[in-house]
Amino acid sequence: MTATVPAPAARKGMGRRAFDKKAVVPWLFLAPGLLLALVFKFWPMAKGIWLSFFDVRPFLGDKWIGLENYSRVLTDHRFQDAIGHTLILGMGQSVGAILLGFALALLLEGQARSLKFLRTAVFLPAVTATAVVGELWRLMYYPTSDGLLNSGLHFFGLGTVQFLDNPDIALYSTMVMGIWIWAPYNMVIFLAGLAGVDRSLYEAAAMDGVSLWQRLRFVTLPAIRPALMIVLTLATIRGLRVFTEVYVLTGGGPAGSTDVWMTRAYTLGFTRNDIGGASAASVVLLCVTLLLTVLVNHLRTRGEAR
Amino acid sequence: MSAPVIDPVRPAAPDTPAGRITKAQRTIPARFDTALGWNDRPGLAWALRILLCLIALAVFAAPFLTIFSGAFTANPSGSSLSFLPHDSTLLNFRVAGERGIWDYLGNSLVIAGGGLLLQLVVCTLAAYALARHRFRGQALIMMLFMMTLMLPEEVIAIPLSLVLGDVPVVHLDLKGTVWGVILPLGAWGFSVMMLTEFMRDIPAEIEEAARLDGVGELRMLWQIILPLCKPALGVAGVLGFIMIWDQYLLPLIASKDPTDYTVTVALSILRTDPEVGSGVVLAGAVIALIPSLIVYLLLQRSLVTGIAAGATKG
Repeated sequence: MTATVPAPAARKGMGRRAFDKKAVVPWLFLAPGLLLALVFKFWPMAKGIWLSFFDVRPFLGDKWIGLENYSRVLTDHRFQDAIGHTLILGMGQSVGAILLGFALALLLEGQARSLKFLRTAVFLPAVTATAVVGELWRLMYYPTSDGLLNSGLHFFGLGTVQFLDNPDIALYSTMVMGIWIWAPYNMVIFLAGLAGVDRSLYEAAAMDGVSLWQRLRFVTLPAIRPALMIVLTLATIRGLRVFTEVYVLTGGGPAGSTDVWMTRAYTLGFTRNDIGGASAASVVLLCVTLLLTVLVNHLRTRGEAR
Repeated sequence: MSAPVIDPVRPAAPDTPAGRITKAQRTIPARFDTALGWNDRPGLAWALRILLCLIALAVFAAPFLTIFSGAFTANPSGSSLSFLPHDSTLLNFRVAGERGIWDYLGNSLVIAGGGLLLQLVVCTLAAYALARHRFRGQALIMMLFMMTLMLPEEVIAIPLSLVLGDVPVVHLDLKGTVWGVILPLGAWGFSVMMLTEFMRDIPAEIEEAARLDGVGELRMLWQIILPLCKPALGVAGVLGFIMIWDQYLLPLIASKDPTDYTVTVALSILRTDPEVGSGVVLAGAVIALIPSLIVYLLLQRSLVTGIAAGATKG
């Protein structure tokens, strides 16, 4: 982000006069946004951090218990499992959606009208509400042999799969849906990156007689590096806070096999009314998200400087 | 489905935002237009591309046909789902209507309309101050709006639900009202960022000329800046609508009882209702799908531009 340094003239104008009309104007325009962000974003964040140190007891008064919520959450085996699931789901989903998105972008790159139609159609999963997608996939994963996907498997002579009811498979079924949702989104970002590639480089590469693979590796990939970094950043943050997909598709089941960090925190906070524990879990997630964002941004700026 | 054909004669339209195609580039043969060097000469590569395109279409678009076919099929018990309806009927929609789906849709439309309006107004005002004014603490305010992007509803859900039940200072209970969903959506960092970037690019001369004519701040924004920002407002509108329509956790925690749900959240009620089949769930899904589908098809160009702009600007 470019930080705007106040111009000397403006600074002189502001001076020390408390009721300078000019200095008040921007704050009037900013007020609604800042107020809403303060009340509905930053205040809840602060409150969450505050509550995470308390044993929250309605009507009895909250009791300060220090880091006990944190140690309880971090040693809870269901939360430990949830970390694993979040990582598997987040990484699998991100990598899958990036690879598939890139493949789609390579496939659907071009100016023809029919390609535009195809891109419009392929992008549908990304504009559809996650809850709708979840219901759709629940039905496609219907576990009997005449479910949509199972009848497809049957057609190829394969047996019935309990996509969402088998604890060994459910997480991967969720992952497939995540890839399906995010691959088209990544495709659009990659397409924008591909459009920026200097075409004369392709021509030059062709004259040098390089193979298609080398062309992709040495011309296309470096050119779309910025797009790739954006996609990676978005995917990382998205992967950590994954909630709706899992909640709608499996609700964390069967037997907790698809429980991720946020579904676990949700259950703790809203079903079991353990506000303190749920707040601690959220704060952990918040810290990890911030840390990762800073890290990825750091890597990105370092990569650009090189 | 029409087969994908690359037309080398048609001049390349600069519809992709990042790459305006110059005249000189247009003369380059089609095989250098794409990374893979696709061309339209019938051959193995051409056939392969058509095949892959058809697979992509089947994987990403065809499932939507099952929503529609299932919704219009008498009783598609989850098992007899197919891409085309066997016997069309409106029964599912009638049953879904009896379960209150139209009320849920009403909630959704009020929230989407009100939330989007609030979001556009709030973000435009903030962006105007950030882009066209210089003041102390500007970088800090910019960072605050950036941070709202890193504080998604999921992460602050539990304390947010407490705040919605008792808003600080004014002590209002927003739960069970549409305000509980609309107000938290007001300040959206993405729109603020994008509109700020866009407004910065408006030449200062235009503003100075208007100032000489004695135009005040509000008129400046409304009559000078906003008309020049129409493309950016379009992007903010489409992305904002899709973001609001996609909300799940927020309507869930802001509700007092299930009648406050939005249509997307209410699908789970239909699903867990033992008396209705999956046809009714799919009818609900169709109803939840149509508004975002309409917005997308009408304004897809600005949507794609917006995602791409967000990606290249970083």
